[in-house]
Amino acid sequence: MTALLSVQSVSKRFRGLLAVDQVSVDVPEGAIFAVIGPNGAGKTTLFNLIAGAMAPSDGAIAFAGTRIDGMTADAVCRRGLARTFQLVRPFPALSVEDNVVVGALLHRRDVGAARDHAQSLLRRLDLFDKRGQPASTLTLPDRKRLEVARALATGPRLLLLDEVMAGLRPTETDRMVATLQTLNRETGLTIVLIEHVMRAVMALASRVLVLDHGTAIAEGAPDAVVRDPAVVQSYLGQSQFETGMA
Amino acid sequence: MIARLSGGLSARALALLVMLGIVLLFAPLFANDYLLTVLILILYFAYVGQAWNIMMGFAGQLSLGHALYVGLGAYVAAFLFTRYGVAPWLGLLAAIPVAVAGSAVIGFLAFRFGVAGVYFAILTIAFAEFARIGFDHLDIVNASAGLFLPVAQYAHNDLWRLRGDPAMFYYVILAATVVAFVLSRLLLTSRIGYFWRAIREDEVAARAAGIDTFRYKMYAVMVSAAVTAFAGVFYAFYYNNLFPEQVFNISRSIEIILGPIIGGIGTLFGPILGAFVLTGLAEALNDTMLHFGFDLPGAKQVFYGICLLIVVLALPNGIWPWLARRLGIAEGAQ
Repeated sequence: MTALLSVQSVSKRFRGLLAVDQVSVDVPEGAIFAVIGPNGAGKTTLFNLIAGAMAPSDGAIAFAGTRIDGMTADAVCRRGLARTFQLVRPFPALSVEDNVVVGALLHRRDVGAARDHAQSLLRRLDLFDKRGQPASTLTLPDRKRLEVARALATGPRLLLLDEVMAGLRPTETDRMVATLQTLNRETGLTIVLIEHVMRAVMALASRVLVLDHGTAIAEGAPDAVVRDPAVVQSYLGQSQFETGMA
Repeated sequence: MIARLSGGLSARALALLVMLGIVLLFAPLFANDYLLTVLILILYFAYVGQAWNIMMGFAGQLSLGHALYVGLGAYVAAFLFTRYGVAPWLGLLAAIPVAVAGSAVIGFLAFRFGVAGVYFAILTIAFAEFARIGFDHLDIVNASAGLFLPVAQYAHNDLWRLRGDPAMFYYVILAATVVAFVLSRLLLTSRIGYFWRAIREDEVAARAAGIDTFRYKMYAVMVSAAVTAFAGVFYAFYYNNLFPEQVFNISRSIEIILGPIIGGIGTLFGPILGAFVLTGLAEALNDTMLHFGFDLPGAKQVFYGICLLIVVLALPNGIWPWLARRLGIAEGAQ
């Protein structure tokens, strides 16, 4: 079986800094795949390369059998690969609902149909009651949910989530985990997430990639990866390992 | 169609609209020549302000050179009329493509090469200035000596050739203002309007949502230029003379944007309200001063400045959003 997303020895250089160094990864269709690593490891840069926000300096990225490296972000999204931003970027003056309607209009001509679809997504992400207020008035956790709703509205086959759990309370994290699991199970949506909240990673991911200083230092099932000595040393830290993942 | 146009409007807003419509419809029966001239000026700015608002208010692309599209529209139609006797409504069919082509050149250069924000605004000024200087030396349209249309025969109104009395021009620009309003509303509540507003709010996020921002920004400048071109045709046939130094002047571009800024950028009623407030009050001020024997050229500009200052400080979103709240009517799509 070929992978839905295939990243092959991709590098990104910012002048002297090698932010991503020959990273390769295959994500099969229907998987939930996590990317973890310390701050500055190159996780978000890797996302930006996949999502078309920037072109890789080297290497190839294929999505659903087509090369997408070097494509613009909007072209990548139209092919079914949607993303959220770590530093959230809602359309501030638009209502919560209209934010999602924009996404839903990508593959719909009719505004009414897009609105219906947006409302069903807002219900799923617990934002339905706030649909009328401007996005600028939302709290950070709500904005993160709005990012997910807007990305989902574009009807992706693969969803890139950049730290959507950060700042959420444990109960909210569990809700988000449940929502993503349901989406994955019901629609077969493939999810790749960058996440620091290990509680979410362990609950969600079927496979984990660990980045450090731009290179992949480990890849495998979550249980195995968190016991990998290199991962423990570079990212998780001894105490966290001993207390069994906070 | 009717349902889509009135959808989202409260009964109160509809009642206000109908009342305003009736007053404007019968205004020429009561207004003297002077008042009619002022009303024409107000509606002209309401029309062209709406045209500018499509580009800046909806899609967030700041143009400080909209006099370019007015001038191109005016010159094309006036030239065809004086040289070949082509009626202005047919001339419009040439004026619109010329203005749209001009806007497409500016848009392409800017959006392809990542010129945005203040730099984009400067580019729009630059092209209007190119046109001003270029037309000043373009002999086919009499260069700086100006282009003159045969003065109107007031004996009878010729709507097809736009020759007639002020009342005829009043109804033409009133109809155009209504058409621009309906068009703005249709655009804002349709797919393209959503994409424009997404681009206005956050272009990077808009791209991530799959919107081809280059294409939709091009649509915005081209639609805005097309709508503006008619204002140029009207201008030429109403004033009967065209000088590059006047039509393409940057102060014309600034006048166009004052109404929407004061009324409320990005709103549907803002440009119309802004035109009434600004032009209406300025003319009233002028008239009052003349009445008391003061003739101060430039007083209007000072007045514009004061209005702008007050609105920017007290109501940074413009008068309309504030007024709409006070009247208890929320604007449908805004």
